[in-house]
Amino acid sequence: MTQITGAQAVVQCLVEEKVSTIFGYPGGAVIDLYDELIQSSRIKHILVRHEQAAVHAADGYARVTGQVGVALLTSGPGATNGVTGIATAYLDSIPLVILTGQVPTAMIGNDAFQEVDIVGITRPCTKHNYLVKQKEDLIPTLREAFHIARTGRPGPVLVDLPKDIMKALVTCRETTPIKMHNYQPTHEPEMEQITRACRLIMEAHRPVLYVGGGVVLANADRELFELATKLDIPVTTTLMALGAFPGSHQLSMGMLGMHGTYTANMAVAEADLLISVGARFDDRVTGKLDSFAPRARIIHVDIDPTSISKNVKVDVPIISDCKKALTAMNTWFNNEQQISVTDEKDKHQTWFEQIRQWNERHPLAYRDEGDDIIKPQYVVEMLDELTNGEAIIATEVGQHQMWAAQFYRYNTPRRFLTSGGLGTMGYGLPAAIGAKLARPDAVVIDIAGDASIQMNIQELATARQYGCPVKVAILNNQFLGMVRQWQELFYDKRYASTEMDIAPDFVALAEAYGAVGLRATKKSEVVEVIKQALAVDNTVLMDFRIAREEGVYPMVPAGKATTEMLLV
Amino acid sequence: MEEQSYVLTMLVANKPGVTSRVTGLFSGRGYNMESICGAPTHDPGISRITIKTKATPDQYIDIQKQINRLIDVIKLRDMTMEDKAIKREMALISVEITSENRTELIQIADIFHARIVNAGIDSYIVEVTGTEDKVNAIIDLLRPLGIKKLTRSGVLALYRELDDSHRSSR
Repeated sequence: MTQITGAQAVVQCLVEEKVSTIFGYPGGAVIDLYDELIQSSRIKHILVRHEQAAVHAADGYARVTGQVGVALLTSGPGATNGVTGIATAYLDSIPLVILTGQVPTAMIGNDAFQEVDIVGITRPCTKHNYLVKQKEDLIPTLREAFHIARTGRPGPVLVDLPKDIMKALVTCRETTPIKMHNYQPTHEPEMEQITRACRLIMEAHRPVLYVGGGVVLANADRELFELATKLDIPVTTTLMALGAFPGSHQLSMGMLGMHGTYTANMAVAEADLLISVGARFDDRVTGKLDSFAPRARIIHVDIDPTSISKNVKVDVPIISDCKKALTAMNTWFNNEQQISVTDEKDKHQTWFEQIRQWNERHPLAYRDEGDDIIKPQYVVEMLDELTNGEAIIATEVGQHQMWAAQFYRYNTPRRFLTSGGLGTMGYGLPAAIGAKLARPDAVVIDIAGDASIQMNIQELATARQYGCPVKVAILNNQFLGMVRQWQELFYDKRYASTEMDIAPDFVALAEAYGAVGLRATKKSEVVEVIKQALAVDNTVLMDFRIAREEGVYPMVPAGKATTEMLLV
Repeated sequence: MEEQSYVLTMLVANKPGVTSRVTGLFSGRGYNMESICGAPTHDPGISRITIKTKATPDQYIDIQKQINRLIDVIKLRDMTMEDKAIKREMALISVEITSENRTELIQIADIFHARIVNAGIDSYIVEVTGTEDKVNAIIDLLRPLGIKKLTRSGVLALYRELDDSHRSSR
């Protein structure tokens, strides 16, 4: 048993948890921790330019690696600046540990300099959080924090670290197993329910797999692929699950919901069985609840009991890790002797014919308007083509996010990073930096809007500092585009505060940061700009001047049935 | 769907902020809380919180799932059913005393097996324990006499029977 300082113990815990990169911003309350970090060769610290970005970068890192992302923020404003990042991760169930500095324990509650009750503030937007008040609790708390963040339905866990605890001497014992009798995150699927689900699948003639982010979080894409292809079940994914099933596969119907494909929304409306795996029936997916999958019996696999029957009543609830449930279903179909897989596939052929017709009638599309007008969808298509569909795509939030979801092919999971639940503008650039640091060999592109990119534009400096050649493609329509689209459609084109015609010259701005700035104002310039951006080993900002009032379609107006789509 | 009253009790880790996690969940998700009662159990590391809530049956299921998801909640039980659980509430009621109402007050207290725990010059404090209905009833009867101050504990509840977790701990 050795005595080390609290700050040393924190670094040691990070090493034990196999953390190699953390994102943060120093300040008075965490200065002791930074003094340890600078002496550690095991942990690389990435200095961001705003605390919100530290959390988003850790989040991007976590999404591409599947490991726990770590952010380190100072007390007071450092911590509150991180709250948007924490809430973003919470809504998308991303495993993070956020370490915040706090004033010394003796001063807590005194309105000390840079003191804020961050545990109180983040209680509703963390999976769990801690204030470490006793030095004896420090090491067990950190271990618990990692355990909670990565197990069950993952999520962010915050640990508030008072300055005196960082300076105190703590006793470092050997790792003991975590004892939390009140936290049982793993759920084995009940075989009875699996059997019921499989029998319903056998009875169905028009089944649809409705797949959510839980499949990505559980790394269950192979099991999903096996089930879908074994029985020929068409698949639609949520925004969070793009790539969980190969977008180019013939069984893929693309995304469903407000800006989902015509095919996916029609298929859900006509399905006689909806197999929901790791999705949560979010309002952007279901539209008007009464009209969602009205003809379908519903199987719902989710690790979180609170997600089951929250919005839509389901027939067969399966509380389980998605991987375990899908494996159990695959095993059931493999073992049932009397099942002929060919018969099952044959049974779905009429359904397929219908799906093919919908697809032919209303594929994802846009109108080309000649060389003078760049269509945003075209830019995304060209990004897809020129990266061979293999880039990691991060997005901000708005129209560009939906175009990035619709017109790039995602064939493998953990390659589309987007704030799905909270809808956080400013997410994409820091998340792209986190992703690039995790996967230095991958091409990482932040598809952004001109409004969103300005919310964390300062992170260009972070990218430059760490030689992190992320590419930013701004689909610049000089509007806060998605809100403008709503104003166009539902508010008689009264564009209240959505014009963004005063903006920096993005090319000059990139250069000011020592990055590369490129611009395209004609369709014929798009490919060349992308090629140049991909060729240069530097951070690049591409300014695509797109059609100003282009809309995202299909669109289901909020609160309408998903079959009431506005089409191109 | 019609709202009903329910009583929930939970064992929680006796740590700072736990009550606020529970109450924050109710306010954040728009659930009703009629009363809340919390104190440590015989095990100083564990507290028991009892909540009376009004909810639709579906919402009540959601409430239980959400509470169960809190990391610090060890065990949650529905105490609504009369045959399974004993429920009690206590009230302290301060009534203004005059020469006309003194006898009636003592009689009412007697009927309800309530006790007069403080007799002042111009007021008495009545302590009553019983089911929520009983406490309501005595309040209704004392009201015309002139209730000046009142405090209720909120509902407390325990399951009548032990379960396996209790037996194994011996």
